[in-house]
Amino acid sequence: MALNTTILSEPNPPAGAAAGTPRALRLPRSPKVIAGLVILVVFAVVAVIGAWIAPYSPNLTNESWVQHVLVAGTGPGTHIKADYYPLPLPPSGAHWLGTTVFAQDVWSQLLVSTQATVAVGLLAAAISTALSIIVGVTAGYLGGGADEGLSLVGNVFLAIPGLPLLIVLADYVPAAGTSIFLVSLIIAITAWAYSSRVLRAQTLSLRNRDFVEAARVSGEGRVRIIIVEILPNLIPIVAASFLFTTLYAIGAYVAISFLGLAGSPTSSPPGLWNWGYMLRETFANDAVRGGWWWWWAPPGLCIALLGTGLALLNFGIDEFVNPRLRVAGLSRKAARRLGISRRPKLGLTPVVRRNVINVTSAESRTP
Amino acid sequence: MRALLRRLGVYLLAAWVAITVSFLLPRAVPGNPVAGAIARAQSSGICNSFCVKAIEEQLGFNVHTSLWVQYVQYLGNLVHGNLGFSWSENAQVTSLIVSYLPWTLGLLGVATIMSFVVGTLIGVVMAWRRGSWLDWLMPAATFFQAIPYFFLALVLVLIFGETGSLLKWFPSLYGFDIYGVDPGMNLPYIASILGHAVLPALTVILASMGGFILSMRNQMVTTMDEDFVLVARAKGLRTGKVVWYAARNALLPCVSNFSVAISIVVAGQILVEIVFNYPGIGYHLYGALGALDYTLVQGIFVVITLVVLAANLLADVVYVLIDPRARQEA
Repeated sequence: MALNTTILSEPNPPAGAAAGTPRALRLPRSPKVIAGLVILVVFAVVAVIGAWIAPYSPNLTNESWVQHVLVAGTGPGTHIKADYYPLPLPPSGAHWLGTTVFAQDVWSQLLVSTQATVAVGLLAAAISTALSIIVGVTAGYLGGGADEGLSLVGNVFLAIPGLPLLIVLADYVPAAGTSIFLVSLIIAITAWAYSSRVLRAQTLSLRNRDFVEAARVSGEGRVRIIIVEILPNLIPIVAASFLFTTLYAIGAYVAISFLGLAGSPTSSPPGLWNWGYMLRETFANDAVRGGWWWWWAPPGLCIALLGTGLALLNFGIDEFVNPRLRVAGLSRKAARRLGISRRPKLGLTPVVRRNVINVTSAESRTP
Repeated sequence: MRALLRRLGVYLLAAWVAITVSFLLPRAVPGNPVAGAIARAQSSGICNSFCVKAIEEQLGFNVHTSLWVQYVQYLGNLVHGNLGFSWSENAQVTSLIVSYLPWTLGLLGVATIMSFVVGTLIGVVMAWRRGSWLDWLMPAATFFQAIPYFFLALVLVLIFGETGSLLKWFPSLYGFDIYGVDPGMNLPYIASILGHAVLPALTVILASMGGFILSMRNQMVTTMDEDFVLVARAKGLRTGKVVWYAARNALLPCVSNFSVAISIVVAGQILVEIVFNYPGIGYHLYGALGALDYTLVQGIFVVITLVVLAANLLADVVYVLIDPRARQEA
């Protein structure tokens, strides 16, 4: 990466900012990254303890948890036997997020659902990232016929639209919804191609660098060169694609659950509670038209919030890889002290030195 | 030209893979559609051996011929535009899909183009005015990018939809007013179609624009530090002209990443159509899944794949047209 930017030094760099492990992925401490991390940590904790702290079982129904409304034209004064329809209860002290038309506790469902949603996102991203490293790095490093073949496979998978393929796969594997691993595997199959292409491109540019050449000349084996010399330099890209794939996987899982392809928690064999299934029930029961916001809004907002957290962290990595993307990289106060306009000028993006040191040291690891 | 032919080869291969997957899956998985159809027939009467044979014939499954013969027959049918028979709609899958496609393509085309154009323009301005209040658009765009399409659709229905509870500005069910107007070339029908397309299109635009904004902004920021932009500035060109030079170059990676974007938008639109009962391909896919109509599901899968591949090819052609380097290599 050519860093032909004006380098400014901050007057008082934080102690130990430039020293320390040079290759580790050190994220810029911007509000965006911190916000992203906080969001992710909160959801991770809820995913682990959610099922414990849920006040009720998500499947538990209780007749007293809905309001029974008399159907017009039935009951006393008519010839027809009294008939009632259920109305969910709005939030209260007993039910923090109210109840569903099935007389279930929404807060409990939301807590329990976090686990499967987060787990599928992470596991699918892990499988997909592993696949994309194996295919992308191998293709980029080996080149020639192997590259042609593997790239072709990747391009074919990239061209086939993901969700429709996912729908067809999930439709024919009805057991998929009962197992976190099966769902993750199916999602990973449709998700790996993009990261693989990015990793291949980056490996291509690393392949002929001096330090790789040196390792090759000194007689290191292919596998060792890939693992020891090339992979560490791909860490920021692998991390970014992991986050991107997690985001995609959560979206895909929610989508197939919404379509009813990931099983129902109350059928046999039981599917997993997740935010997509909660949205499916609200949609099937016209919760929006009914004005039962406490039922349909929380799962959607959780998905959006978790996705935002992942994307914010991804910004941090992008800005680590490419410091120009940072918003001037200076706090307003520091900029004023240095007498610099925060509005960047053409070709002159102010970049704080400690980030530049990180990036260059990660790159010029020439033995 | 060579690069384009290569891409065309990839797409043909992708189409073949999709077609083969949709052929093999129902035959590889236990409890195949034939068993389902036989069970359905038996629930309404006795299904004897003739009936079983008729069902196999109708679904294109003949367990007494080899898989290879079935495959050749399947491909042959496909070439003739025969995707099988849908039992839930009681019609040829091909004619059904032909009636769904205009809705989907119209909505998808208009929404994607508007989203791409507006999103890219916002991305350029954001990169140019970096450090100003416009930076607040970044978290907003991120948030919109992370919202599932169908959830955004539900929110828009609530706020603007006639079936929602707040403003009731736009119709939020079906592709046109099915009770009030006659389909055909008449003004009320066309006006009704346009009115009913507002909310679905708005959903797709809002949900997909975030991605276009962010990728263009990042490309633009990187491009603005290139030497040629500095030179253009140093020559004393007008600001507008300099931005135009930078934007043209920043646009190239965005166009070449279009295949990923279109795949995501198509996925989103399938779900949006379901929320709005919009009579396109996604809404009917939902119905076919519910009715366990595998023939229709597969037909729709194959056609969606072909549409996406065609969109990819179009993006490649545009790329060659706007990038002189791609033309040189060709």
